Amino acid sequence: MKTEGDLILRHPVGERITHWAVAIAFMFLFLSGLAMFHPFFFWISFLFGGGQFMRFIHPIVGVALVLLFYPYAAQVWKDNLWLPADTAWVMNMWGFMRKEHHPTDTAKYNGGQKLMFWSMVPIIAVLFLAGIVLWQPWFAPTFSPNLRRVAGLIHATAAFIMFVGIGIHWYAAYWTRGSVKSMVRGTVTRAWAKFHHPAWYREVSGRDA
Amino acid sequence: MPLQSLDITRRSATTFTPPGVRKTIEVAKLIDVSRCIGCKACQAACMEWNDLRDRVGTQAGVYTNPPDLSAESWCLMRFTEERIDGNFQWLILKDGCLHCADPGCLRACPAPGAILQYSNGIVDFQEEFCIGCGYCISGCPFNIPRLRRVDSKIYKCTLCSDRIAVGLEPACIKTCPTQALSFGSKTDMLDLARHRLGDLNERGFKNAVVYDPPGVDGTHVFFVLPHGDRPESYGLPRSPKVSPMVLLWRSGIARAGGVFVMFSVLVAGILHYMRHGPLEVPEEKEEGKP
Repeated sequence: MKTEGDLILRHPVGERITHWAVAIAFMFLFLSGLAMFHPFFFWISFLFGGGQFMRFIHPIVGVALVLLFYPYAAQVWKDNLWLPADTAWVMNMWGFMRKEHHPTDTAKYNGGQKLMFWSMVPIIAVLFLAGIVLWQPWFAPTFSPNLRRVAGLIHATAAFIMFVGIGIHWYAAYWTRGSVKSMVRGTVTRAWAKFHHPAWYREVSGRDA
Repeated sequence: MPLQSLDITRRSATTFTPPGVRKTIEVAKLIDVSRCIGCKACQAACMEWNDLRDRVGTQAGVYTNPPDLSAESWCLMRFTEERIDGNFQWLILKDGCLHCADPGCLRACPAPGAILQYSNGIVDFQEEFCIGCGYCISGCPFNIPRLRRVDSKIYKCTLCSDRIAVGLEPACIKTCPTQALSFGSKTDMLDLARHRLGDLNERGFKNAVVYDPPGVDGTHVFFVLPHGDRPESYGLPRSPKVSPMVLLWRSGIARAGGVFVMFSVLVAGILHYMRHGPLEVPEEKEEGKP
């Protein structure tokens, strides 16, 4: 792992670019999906060239998100394997959020980040499959009416879970100072790494935290 | 789209109450299947008035032609051959939108104003607002709306809302030569249907029924079925209801709850930040840096 003075590389450039491409696709899908989810948000359709064009482009961007997310997941899944320290993190999550307790043995990702990662892996697949069943006019007519009804319910439910999950992801990234920068410029300080991800710091620096 | 802007009972995906100061009478079309001779004049009249010409297809081996409803065929005569009580029966059904009192298509629609229900009971699609998602197809318990691939818009029978708005009867009614089709107020048509039912019962059709399905709060196109014990034989569902999956998926409460929870995450974030501030690396940790 490359280290440059006080800075440690946390996210290589390819990983960063894929992450933000996924994020842009997600924002697009989140806003257009919200417009179709509840009439309260239908005005958002004007950002996408009106309702019909939004409905046309939504599934295409959905495919783009799938094509971007899974290669991204392939880059980071090994670092998201569950460790005993993650269980400890989850047990102390509320204390951690109140800054009363700081877990000490976190690897590259903590338990919360791993839960987010492993919930997105199946949810994006579910959204994709249910979305194919709903996709007019090309795919939907080949599925039975009842399957399309189930797909509608599943797609909306999975999207809801994803929206709430990504909402938490956004706040956690903003709350944890330095983590947005790490995903933009790729690097974190030694102190940041030692404080937030000590086990990962030991691994990349070869030093004791 | 007739100018009935004060006679709207329901409007799809809309957060405001539609103007409903005027109360018009509910209209209905009664289809007395026992009087139908299958001449397809109604089907031709529908094409004629609405100026629609479906693609010329191929003969499918039955009298039903074209083989199914389509974006260009809003009225279709369906012919089914059945053996009932040992006798061969030729069952004829004039298929098309039934204009439900509780329309599943309108419940499912995410596009504001793409589906209207007038206070006279007609459920009308406003294609200019349609976004082509096809959710109305999932909402419909009778499999009626058809998506036209070319323009990604949904089409179906309008009950000639344009004719009714200017005091004319629907085109199919005007052309029917046997009074199998009648048009008037829903109450008058129900009276007529009961009268026809009595006649049928006297003639030995003990299972005849008025098919005005309560699962969708009744319809504004309804039937007298001579073999009412077997609606499926005609191609009608036995007890049509809007699918519970669609009701849950598009329910106002479930969706408002979903929006509320998403909004709560935002509020929780703001409150958490106000109470606890950002999570920063403590200063003392910097001391040991190389």
